[in-house]
Amino acid sequence: MASTLEMTYREALHKSMVEEMDKNADVFLMGEDIGRYEGTFKVTRGLFPKYGHRRVIDTPITEAGFAGIATGAAMAGLRPIVEFMTMSFSILALDQIINHTAKVHYMTNGEVKCPIVFRGPGGAAKQLSAQHSHSMEGWYAHVPGLKVVAPSTPADVYGMLKTAVDDDNPVILYENPGLYAMKGIVPDDPEFKIPFGKAQILREGKDLSLIGYSRMTHVNLAAAEILEKDGISCEVVDVRSLLPLDTETIYASVRKTNRAMVVYEDWRSGGFGAEIAARISEDCFDYLDAPVGRVGGLNVPMPYSRILELECIPDENDVVKAVRKLG
Amino acid sequence: MAKQAEKKNLESPAELEQYYRDMLFIRHFEEKCNVAYRQGKAGGYMHVYIGMEALAVGWMHSIKKAHDYVITAYRDHAHALLLGTDPVAVMAEIMGRKAGTAGGKGGSMHIYDPKNGFYGGWGIVGGHIPLGAGLAFASRYRGDDKVTLNFMGDGAANQGVVYETLNMAALYELPCIFIIENNEFAMGTRLEYHAADTELWKRGTPFGIKSERIDGMDVLQMKKDAQRIIDWVRKEGKPYLVEIMTYRYAGHGAADNDRQLYRTKEEEAENLKRDPVEKLKHILIERNIANEEKLEAIEAEILERVEKIYEEADASPHPDVDEVYDNIYTDMTPEKGH
Ligand SMILES: Cc1ncc(C[n+]2csc(CCOP(=O)(O)OP(=O)(O)O)c2C)c(N)n1
Ligand SMILES: [Mg+2]
Repeated sequence: MASTLEMTYREALHKSMVEEMDKNADVFLMGEDIGRYEGTFKVTRGLFPKYGHRRVIDTPITEAGFAGIATGAAMAGLRPIVEFMTMSFSILALDQIINHTAKVHYMTNGEVKCPIVFRGPGGAAKQLSAQHSHSMEGWYAHVPGLKVVAPSTPADVYGMLKTAVDDDNPVILYENPGLYAMKGIVPDDPEFKIPFGKAQILREGKDLSLIGYSRMTHVNLAAAEILEKDGISCEVVDVRSLLPLDTETIYASVRKTNRAMVVYEDWRSGGFGAEIAARISEDCFDYLDAPVGRVGGLNVPMPYSRILELECIPDENDVVKAVRKLG
Repeated sequence: MAKQAEKKNLESPAELEQYYRDMLFIRHFEEKCNVAYRQGKAGGYMHVYIGMEALAVGWMHSIKKAHDYVITAYRDHAHALLLGTDPVAVMAEIMGRKAGTAGGKGGSMHIYDPKNGFYGGWGIVGGHIPLGAGLAFASRYRGDDKVTLNFMGDGAANQGVVYETLNMAALYELPCIFIIENNEFAMGTRLEYHAADTELWKRGTPFGIKSERIDGMDVLQMKKDAQRIIDWVRKEGKPYLVEIMTYRYAGHGAADNDRQLYRTKEEEAENLKRDPVEKLKHILIERNIANEEKLEAIEAEILERVEKIYEEADASPHPDVDEVYDNIYTDMTPEKGH
């Protein structure tokens, strides 16, 4: 068995990228302030001196342009990892990613592959207000041709970044600023991979399934702790991969607990959690003892005031409240 | 004759003192913002204007206030303050309070004061540039004589939408001045690493837009150039592009603790020699408008004023939780709850 190391989510991501770059000379990094400035969230610290400007490329603030250039490079067989300083800025690149990147393989009738990874932090950080706090994963998971993953632990981000780099399709790797400093045990194994389309059960339970991804998985774990004291035993399902979605694991959990609560940080209305909830309703109807519940972010632009911001982002108390209401 | 003409060109003592007061006020206001940030009273991303004061002072003294339009990015405190926005409301916004210009919902990056012609306060680099041209479009449409000052950073000048906008501004003859505040850095990326041609002033020329590069560290020159350009645009009803050379002394934002990654201490020290506040101070003394004693008194007065602003803002209440649904629409609220 390979040995393990304790490290932060940020370090795991970093280690994973280094190993992939060392393995394959076609892998390169591109993004704003990722080189000399080491990244705004410091994920790429030390990589510019190590690999130089040929493989760690500082771009101007031109999201549409560099997303497109990286896509073209991928069409020519390179394997770019593109960092968006925050996923909110990837909105400027949506035309490239949705109209172009996601369609390359389809529109060339399978002739051309587009092995590219877009990664970066999405969702609210702290008081970044209305234009910097978007949850974008649901927007991307809506698009056929893209794969979307949102790992919640250091080990998962370590393994999923590797899978993403290896994948011949465009992958969105969704991080959350609240996860970077989180510590966990990571296998010290350059070949370690987490396959896409595999959810995991992080806590077993029998009364209700709490289903989420990324940072909300930790909110769910905290809520499960609280509910346990109330005598409600929750199973925590970490979805990890939105597209493809592991409905098998989700359904198995719901069929066991007969109750489901889907938790996501994105705007409640039309967020990806709504998709998960709809699937459970369709496919597990006979097993449900209550309607599928949902907890999402408030349907408002993110306010700056910390008091208002905290009101918008779901926390364990919101989850607990919703579970109790479900009956 | 020549002497008289020169004299006529000289600013009045009152004018000079006002520039000095304005610049110093901005500097100390911004310093106080940094204090607020360190104390945890301000959060998120906050970008101060220290080092760039002469630029905004020169331009804001050259427009018709509460008449012309002004729009900028997130480094926006100075623009608002100079347009006459209540400084307590600006500070309160930075602290996320109800009395802030956006009720505490915007923060430092999103100050607005449309009554005084200030249209923000935008966080997406380059994103507001077409909006600024749109304000100018409204002037063209209505046939009024308003001019729009459309500020952006050197980094913003690379965004694609800026070029779409320049083309249309020229095509539709919009009375819009594109002002590139070239402080040599886009966050941690030096100009040479983000711009293929670092003479950003040239970027208006392919569209036939009158363009030039000017110094932004000398407030008197800045004021003259700004007035000349504004008068031209108001008269001709056409766009203009200026690249203004300046420097920010602070980090990119309050969260930037890594200045050494993109510039040396020596470079910073070298640039401090161009300090626009110091420069004006010398002129005031040289022209016998103020002596050291008077300058000190002015500074003390400003410091006290800033202190009061801070205290008043800090004493004001936080927003109420149910305000979270306000002002998303004019006529409805979104569906509530988690
Ligand atoms: C579209 C977009 N990409 C990235 C960012 C992050 N960001 C904020 S400010 C900034 C640098 C902008 O530099 P410049 O335009 O020169 O303005 P300055 O901060 O120097 O005034 C960056 C990269 C952003 N806000 N928006
Ligand atoms: Mg700049």
